[in-house]
Amino acid sequence: MTDATSQTGRSGAQPRKSLHVTDARTRRRNAAEARFRFYGAAAIAVSILALVILLTSVLGNGLGAFRQTFITMPVALDATVLDKSGTGDIEVMKKVTTIGYAKVIEKALATALAEKGIATDGLTAKQISGLLSQEAAANLRNQVLADPALVGQTVDVKLLANGRVDGFFKGRVTMDSAKLDSNISPEQLELALKMREAGLMSLSFNPGFLFGGDASELRPEAAGLGVAILGSAYMMLIVLVLALPIGVAASIYLEEFAPKNKWTDLIEVNISNLAAVPSIVFGILGLAIFINFMGLPQSAPIVGGLVLTLMTLPTIIIATRAALKAVPPSIRDAALGVGASKMQAITHHVLPLAMPGILTGTIIGLAQALGETAPLLLIGMVAFVREFPDAPPEGFFDPASALPVQVYNFTQRADPAFVERASGAIIVLLVFLLLMNAVAILLRRRFERRW
Amino acid sequence: MTLMKLTASTLAIAAVSATAAMARDNIQIAGSSTVLPYATIVAEAFGENFDFPTPVVEGGGSGAGRKKLCEGVGENTIDIANSSSRIKQSDIDLCKTNGVDEIMEVRIGYDGIVFASDIAGPDFAFTPTDWYNALAAEVVKDGKLVPNTAKTWADVNASFPAQDILAFIPGTKHGTREVFDVKVLEAGCKASGAEEALVAAKGEEDGKKACLALRTDGLSVDIDGDYTETLARIAANKNAIGVFGLSFYQNNTDKLKVATMDGVVPSTETIASGDYPVSRPLFFYVKKAHIGVIPGLKEYLEFFVSDDMAGPEGPLAAYGLVSDPELAKTQEAVANETPMGPLN
Repeated sequence: MTDATSQTGRSGAQPRKSLHVTDARTRRRNAAEARFRFYGAAAIAVSILALVILLTSVLGNGLGAFRQTFITMPVALDATVLDKSGTGDIEVMKKVTTIGYAKVIEKALATALAEKGIATDGLTAKQISGLLSQEAAANLRNQVLADPALVGQTVDVKLLANGRVDGFFKGRVTMDSAKLDSNISPEQLELALKMREAGLMSLSFNPGFLFGGDASELRPEAAGLGVAILGSAYMMLIVLVLALPIGVAASIYLEEFAPKNKWTDLIEVNISNLAAVPSIVFGILGLAIFINFMGLPQSAPIVGGLVLTLMTLPTIIIATRAALKAVPPSIRDAALGVGASKMQAITHHVLPLAMPGILTGTIIGLAQALGETAPLLLIGMVAFVREFPDAPPEGFFDPASALPVQVYNFTQRADPAFVERASGAIIVLLVFLLLMNAVAILLRRRFERRW
Repeated sequence: MTLMKLTASTLAIAAVSATAAMARDNIQIAGSSTVLPYATIVAEAFGENFDFPTPVVEGGGSGAGRKKLCEGVGENTIDIANSSSRIKQSDIDLCKTNGVDEIMEVRIGYDGIVFASDIAGPDFAFTPTDWYNALAAEVVKDGKLVPNTAKTWADVNASFPAQDILAFIPGTKHGTREVFDVKVLEAGCKASGAEEALVAAKGEEDGKKACLALRTDGLSVDIDGDYTETLARIAANKNAIGVFGLSFYQNNTDKLKVATMDGVVPSTETIASGDYPVSRPLFFYVKKAHIGVIPGLKEYLEFFVSDDMAGPEGPLAAYGLVSDPELAKTQEAVANETPMGPLN
């Protein structure tokens, strides 16, 4: 404003001679504008770069977890070893432990190698069977116990290979590192190469990573996310069922019915505050109230769900109140004007119109809860859980893990193969988050109304 | 009306939560993160071979595990506490006040603590004295107590290369630190004559305590995370030397080079024979009142200490546990459910 009127009296600001020649001031302003735009673009570039670095490191490390090296070979299920009584009695067959099955597999592997004409000179039987995962025996045992009729036959089975062999085919383990590695030798890797050429060993999609349970450090190749995904799903279910109705009811009361006084102001301030409370505080609260006082079981999705509900409630209430506020008063007035009661006006008109906003807020709250780790540390969810929880509602009380916690768990293990597992788990978590956010955006696009 | 349905299901959930006193059918274990991998290996094999569900194993640290064990008797308290150090009298007292009268102590084997550096770095042959002189706040030089100014390992011991001192040692919340303090720092303090000088200068108690005081100029770094963090730090800083558990080192022999202590290379054999000085027993503690109540607990205990698992040829030894030479005695104690006596 002053620029236009006070041209006189300033040395640099001569009256403009021509519209086509920019003077010094205008040039400076244009330059400042260009710099300003550049800062903005640079900020975007930095964030995109950070995202690209994050994604490449996660994808580069983690995509391998979805593929796994398997050994496919015929295994003769010797009845004299696996079913000593010969009656097919399952209780008797259960007496044969995985150690017994490991021997059967060992023998089958030796036979398969001999058949393909692969020499195994200089390798002990222990080294040869070391190419197989220790999970293999457990898999075979479960398979046989599920179908006792298999005993006595020769069946083609697909068994997990050892984590180091798998790492070799994925480039994590090299001949050089194997020389120094106490868990694998270069000779074993050469044998693995020959087995791949003979078609005994191959890399293929690994459903066990998505649907299997956790595994101990002796068999990283068998570790899966099944229990964690199920545990997270249970917790999200609990959060949804508890937080949505409570949150919506609270917001409707505060927005539509509550008188404006000191008390409602206080409640409002508190809700905004709670939304900013660090999540670990809710974990401590959960431990004190739900486990120590109410006696709910440890490591159970019910406790995790309740804690995350408390954490998500403020988010949902704030989003719902904003959505309710966005519905124009004329809608309410019109409904009341034609004789609707307050409740009818809200349930028939205001709430349906606010629904897209409420659902978006809820889904974003859920996504936040899905990625939450800190409160779960305190209520025993960071545990080695291999057993799948039952179907709900009993399953809510069974021990389970959660996805972000599983990532944390994997990163603490000694075996380097777990690095890949941790990144793979991050990918799964990111996919879920992306899906949830996509649904939120979709809902908003489809149903949002503007006045 | 969807809102009604939602409210109804909310009430249903609340009702279910109220009747939460459900029978627990899985064993719950918590405690030391050093024992954690061993416990998961046994839990996994137990779940595979028995009709009982796989036990749930939590980490959290030895002290936290023992405290949880002593919270009381009942299904929402844990059954077993893993511990990388022996139970303390304060824990036993806490247990007593909460009604946990009988605890079984089970020693599962021994664990070695090793000193390792980047695979490409030079070899080191340490003694506890070297570590004390490298990391302590005050050392003895020419018969006098002086603040530690050593910058390179060559300053500590002329036979070492002139590599900058940088040590990653476990933080104080770890059970491993206790062993490091006792077996390395205290031993080094005594051997280097610093203890004598410190006791003379500060009195009996403070002097002994001063043995454990570390230099604060950033050359000794406490790692509160796990060994994976120490490994990552060494990868980023090739000059550093870190403290690891033997089993962790054995899983990462392609990245780490281990140093000898008193001339002995750490291995399951040298630790079992007692030649390697920095080792410690690993324990777990069982709430006896839960045996017979929690299904499978007794079977799990017997399975854990069986030769198939904890023996020298078992999977635990393969992972790095040093098998207990007196395992038969432990097996007998577990079979008889002998509770532990008073601490001596």
